[in-house]
Amino acid sequence: MMTASLPVTPAAPALGLWQRLGVALYRRPGLQLGLLLGLPLLWFLVVYIGSLATLLAQSFFTFDDFTMEVSRELTLANYRQLLQPANFDVVLRTLLMASAVSLASAVLAFPLAYYMVRYARGWKKGFFYVAVMLPMWASYIVKVYAWTVLLAKDGMVYWAYQHLGLGGVMDWLMTLPLLGGNSLTTSHLGRFAVFTYIWLPFMILPVQAALERVPANLLQASSDLGANGAQTFRHVILPLAFPGVVAGSIFTFSLTLGDYIIPQIIGPSGLFIGSMVYTMQGSIGNMPLAAAFTVVPVVIIALYLTGARKLGAFDAL
Amino acid sequence: MSIAVQFHQVSRHYDSVRAVDDISLEIAEGEFFSMLGPSGSGKTTSLRLIAGFEQPTSGSIRIFGQEAAGLPPNLRAVNTVFQDYALFPHMNVLDNVAYGLMLKGVPKSERHRRAEEMLELVKLGQYGSRRPSALSGGQRQRVALARALTLQPRVLLLDEPLGALDLKLREQMQTELKSLQRQLGITFVFVTHDQGEAMSMSDRVAVFNKGRIEQVAAPQVLYNQPATAFVADFVGAANVFDGPLAATLAGLEQPFAVRPERIRPAGQLDGDVVRVPGKLLDIQYLGAVSRYEVEVLGEKVVSMVLPNEHDTQAAPAVIGSAITLAWQRQAMLPLAG
Repeated sequence: MMTASLPVTPAAPALGLWQRLGVALYRRPGLQLGLLLGLPLLWFLVVYIGSLATLLAQSFFTFDDFTMEVSRELTLANYRQLLQPANFDVVLRTLLMASAVSLASAVLAFPLAYYMVRYARGWKKGFFYVAVMLPMWASYIVKVYAWTVLLAKDGMVYWAYQHLGLGGVMDWLMTLPLLGGNSLTTSHLGRFAVFTYIWLPFMILPVQAALERVPANLLQASSDLGANGAQTFRHVILPLAFPGVVAGSIFTFSLTLGDYIIPQIIGPSGLFIGSMVYTMQGSIGNMPLAAAFTVVPVVIIALYLTGARKLGAFDAL
Repeated sequence: MSIAVQFHQVSRHYDSVRAVDDISLEIAEGEFFSMLGPSGSGKTTSLRLIAGFEQPTSGSIRIFGQEAAGLPPNLRAVNTVFQDYALFPHMNVLDNVAYGLMLKGVPKSERHRRAEEMLELVKLGQYGSRRPSALSGGQRQRVALARALTLQPRVLLLDEPLGALDLKLREQMQTELKSLQRQLGITFVFVTHDQGEAMSMSDRVAVFNKGRIEQVAAPQVLYNQPATAFVADFVGAANVFDGPLAATLAGLEQPFAVRPERIRPAGQLDGDVVRVPGKLLDIQYLGAVSRYEVEVLGEKVVSMVLPNEHDTQAAPAVIGSAITLAWQRQAMLPLAG
């Protein structure tokens, strides 16, 4: 029989300082959580929630048109001003553009994200991830200015159209009321294209993440039960990936609602919410109206999310 | 009886891996047919070939005489119960079960009525409005079964459907599945790595190994006349003797197997027996029986299983002591070389 014995570990070894600290934390999970969350939570409360509350309060302050000064007298005048035709046009124009951009981004992003998740393997997968992210590494301003060159009368897009024999189509597009303009650079269509280009990655990534979470065997189960590709898409893939589309559209929607650079550089005249805020708080100094304009996207997104929730967009989460 | 599923020289290769390697088999209509094998043996791939989730690299698969290779899953008259159930998380149980009927355009009231019937069949009548996530594993399993049966398939494919259930529930579901199959009279193709499960439920079992079929036979035949060492070892426990060991012990050229329960301490057997001296290495108490691990000829470890009630006295209980084993000559199962 065996006679050799293993060295025996003492039941309670002497603890060092760090080990005792570790034990103290182990026994007080609350303290551990507090240490972990304290700083970020403080930051979040002060910088995010705090500034949002200030913004909301500002929107009820009074702006004196003559003295150009802000007083803390509470009023609804700023919100009434939003409903004036000139201001309401700004809201409506921005809203339409944000909706169109979100819709186009979703339509473009879905097949691409689907390919990335279901088909791309190995280097192809890596390539697509980098290709989606890459434009986000370049300066936003540079990209927007680059588009003015691409869309200009003698730019690449026109050149391509002429060579495809579609010059006439382009001319006709430019005469349409909601799309057209003197040239692509000064048209709604051009602005829409640039917005969609800039925000597309913000749609692709959440949609891709949502699709990644749809188990492949659900698609097999669907086709096993008789569904063709379109039916599986409609009844399984889309409902399950829809939270991703909603998440992506919040990005594309709110980023478009708040942008003030693209509307300045590309497209016809006419202010966007972002440019309105920029003008109001900058040159005019009407902080309360700027704040009221800023509240608009917040409210719209809140309504949108409530609607999406009611429609069951988050049921699969 | 007609043939439900027929494989003719079917292969499925992934690059250099032969997941399914030149398999031919026939599954009769109304049969409970199991595909048994370790993981990676090709049994699940074979099932997926019938379902249409995989296409064969070569060969022909016929389902009720119709060539299935090239047909997508939605155009095949088979339905599948998935290993991890694959229930749609965004639908309630009733809509899950009614999914196939919905795709066929059956009106809502009608399809819900039929789905209710199916849920009654699997004893889940009260659960229609629940989400799959609110059900236990066993209940999800039944929903998956009901969903696959709603379309009244002529062949039901089951991919290790009981693998995630605990032992008691698994045994209960085995009984229910078997009686359901008898009641409905449709062909079941059942994939499992659990030989006990395959043996207890099936009319016939195909034993898979490395992409090939080792033997297709009824459970009794598999157990009593295993064709190969692999089958002998995989279906039930077996002591396989081959090469010089077979020659030394029994004077045979051919390898053979002896079931552990056919081995006895030498004193208990008379007549035409083979005797082997050995050394007791270990005793494992298993309740009704005990398993004795005995080293013979200084190299081979042989398992002997004895019932506990009357043999605890007779067997030497000291580990490390000498013991002579014996078995009847007719207990030796000859195996293909």
